[in-house]
Amino acid sequence: MSCFFVATAVSKEIVVSPGENAHERLQEAMILMEEGDILRIESGYYIFEDGLSLDVDGVSIIGDGMDETILDFKNQMSGAQGLLVTSDMVTLKDFAILDAKGDALKVIGAKGINMINLRTEWTGGPKSTNGAYGFYPVESEDVLIDGCVAIGASDAGIYVGQSKNIIVRNSIAQYNVAGIEIENSYYADVYNNLASHNTGGILIFDLPDLPQQGGHHIRVFDNKSIDNDTDNFAPEGNIVGEVPRGTGIIIMANSDVEVFNNLLSGNGTVNLSIVSYSDETDDPNYYPHPRSIQVHNNEYGPGGFDPDVNTGDLAKTLFDISNGNMPDIFWDGVTPLSQMIFGQPNDEKLVISEGDEVSFLTIRPLKYMMGFSNPVRTDIEEFKGVINPLEPINIDGI
Amino acid sequence: MKKIHTFLLVFSLCTKIYAVNDNLITSEAFPDKLSDFSFFKDSAAQIPHDEVMPYELISTLFSDYSYKQRWVYVPNGKKAKYEEDWVFNFPTGSALIKTFYYPIDERDPSAGKQLLETRLLLRKEDGWEAVSYAWNKEQNEAYKKVAGKTINVAWTDFVGQEKEVRYRVPNINQCKECHAADDKITPIGPKARNINKELQFEEGNFNQLVYWMNREIIDEYPLELNSPVDWTDESKDINDRVRSYLDVNCGHCHSPTGNANSTGLYLHLNETRDIHLGKYKKPVATGRGSGGLKYSIVPGKPEESILLHRMESMDPGVMMPESGRALTHEEAVLMVREWILLMQN
Repeated sequence: MSCFFVATAVSKEIVVSPGENAHERLQEAMILMEEGDILRIESGYYIFEDGLSLDVDGVSIIGDGMDETILDFKNQMSGAQGLLVTSDMVTLKDFAILDAKGDALKVIGAKGINMINLRTEWTGGPKSTNGAYGFYPVESEDVLIDGCVAIGASDAGIYVGQSKNIIVRNSIAQYNVAGIEIENSYYADVYNNLASHNTGGILIFDLPDLPQQGGHHIRVFDNKSIDNDTDNFAPEGNIVGEVPRGTGIIIMANSDVEVFNNLLSGNGTVNLSIVSYSDETDDPNYYPHPRSIQVHNNEYGPGGFDPDVNTGDLAKTLFDISNGNMPDIFWDGVTPLSQMIFGQPNDEKLVISEGDEVSFLTIRPLKYMMGFSNPVRTDIEEFKGVINPLEPINIDGI
Repeated sequence: MKKIHTFLLVFSLCTKIYAVNDNLITSEAFPDKLSDFSFFKDSAAQIPHDEVMPYELISTLFSDYSYKQRWVYVPNGKKAKYEEDWVFNFPTGSALIKTFYYPIDERDPSAGKQLLETRLLLRKEDGWEAVSYAWNKEQNEAYKKVAGKTINVAWTDFVGQEKEVRYRVPNINQCKECHAADDKITPIGPKARNINKELQFEEGNFNQLVYWMNREIIDEYPLELNSPVDWTDESKDINDRVRSYLDVNCGHCHSPTGNANSTGLYLHLNETRDIHLGKYKKPVATGRGSGGLKYSIVPGKPEESILLHRMESMDPGVMMPESGRALTHEEAVLMVREWILLMQN
């Protein structure tokens, strides 16, 4: 309620502790608090039947730790998420949101949202009845996710959609369908995270028919995307439902993505893949192909040893075309037809600078479509080039 | 734009008493009691003062089969301005008042009603604010509920069946979840096109726009309006009925300026693009809300359409709308099912 912007001389600290009417007390505090205030949620178990929401700018909500202050939604009867935030300059820190019926923490249209040392979890393990997203900022700007833990989401543990200026770091995503997903977003740094035992570790996607598309300028570095070995449990119809078990990083239809210094290992389908959006779309403003992707200095452990050919097209296509000899890095090679014939513009070409032992495969789409035998290229040397590092992301005050 | 100027109808309002507490509408804090505003002559019977005028919408939002009574108040001497495709631009000091109730027995009006809450949208100096007042057990006063409230209600329906619902009075944030356009609070209902119908007033039957002109709370409106139809009117075209229903039940969020604009699914009356209306539109961030289905709407196949699945669901992680509903709107589900079934590819 924007009209309540009266500058308060002193900011208050409000403390809520467990017990009777915890929902009403907490929700009321979240509504009545004013800019500059801090709401402390003391350690303990808080059980809710309804979702919580925050719409006050410039406040902090702080618990006693992600294993101490527990907001439990397993009895939730209303509300499409555990906690909904719709205001600017908010810091959320040190608490956990468990077993929300929909998304755990959704943030819509915020300018400035810090999520620090939080946990979102569905405690019954990976199930399609779990909520879609753990952390779900959308249409937001200046988004920080730092030191968080996301477990069991039936879509993505950490999902940043249609946002700008994003840092996701020092976080852990496990047993989700997608560990970390950056979708239709601009300017993101994803670093020093652990994505393991998901279906797919880290996804950088762009989709058509949305208000913000043309995802670009994403740096993915110093992450470990390892042992992503959970069967895909997403409800059908969702784009991540197409992700095969055992994918380390997938880049789809984004531009200006730099992937470096990551450890990609134990991903049974493929450690790194770069693909086009392959479904039909009539959206004239949508560009379905990845471009200006740079990959360098990553470490690759075992990959491709257990391709999940039953989920989506990626694993099956790759398995067939490689005769089961799965590469570390895969590019589907799909570009606009004119570029298939005359070549890509230089500044849009895929650049790979990896160690000699790293294997690579890309499809030659024209040969593939015309039914030639062996329509692939595997010489990684052809993709060597100069790396032009992307600028780091800066969020004021972080 | 064609304009109508005041008809010279003579109303029987000889003595006007201005009883509403104008200062409270525009003051920063909300009073604790609804009666402080003095909208009603008789609160318990919900009889308003003369300057608080009843109005109705052609198609209404489903709220768990509750009944709603609406009133508009515009301060003396001020007028609301017509806005194309939007709600009237009401002047500072205006109030939109909506009481939610269930009849004790739908078959027998004399059995009385149970008042649940009265929601207010108050037009303050710098914009609208929303607040709700929940009625007490004695039904003689309603009290401000900032954090919302749960009321377990039972009533008897038209066929004599006992019904019950866990009714939620929304908290202030939840008001905004629906009543937001470009992040500002806005009314949803009182667009010229939505009130373009006849209503019985003390002075007789009038089209509400004509009545508002004569009561001088508006000074113009276009003669040609692309009005919705009453979705319950089975004599009307089913496409018009469904689009009218979706407009008022979904379109406030599912529009390019609404809270759900990130979905790309737009259900307001003016949307014409098939993909944004849901035809073969893939879900974006729907999660388990998709119910394992691939598209919002598959023409001819209601059982494969996510839109219908989410209308039918009573699971908070799946159901649409996200707030304000705990029961399934069976009649609307039947209509939308038929609409999708008849839809051509």
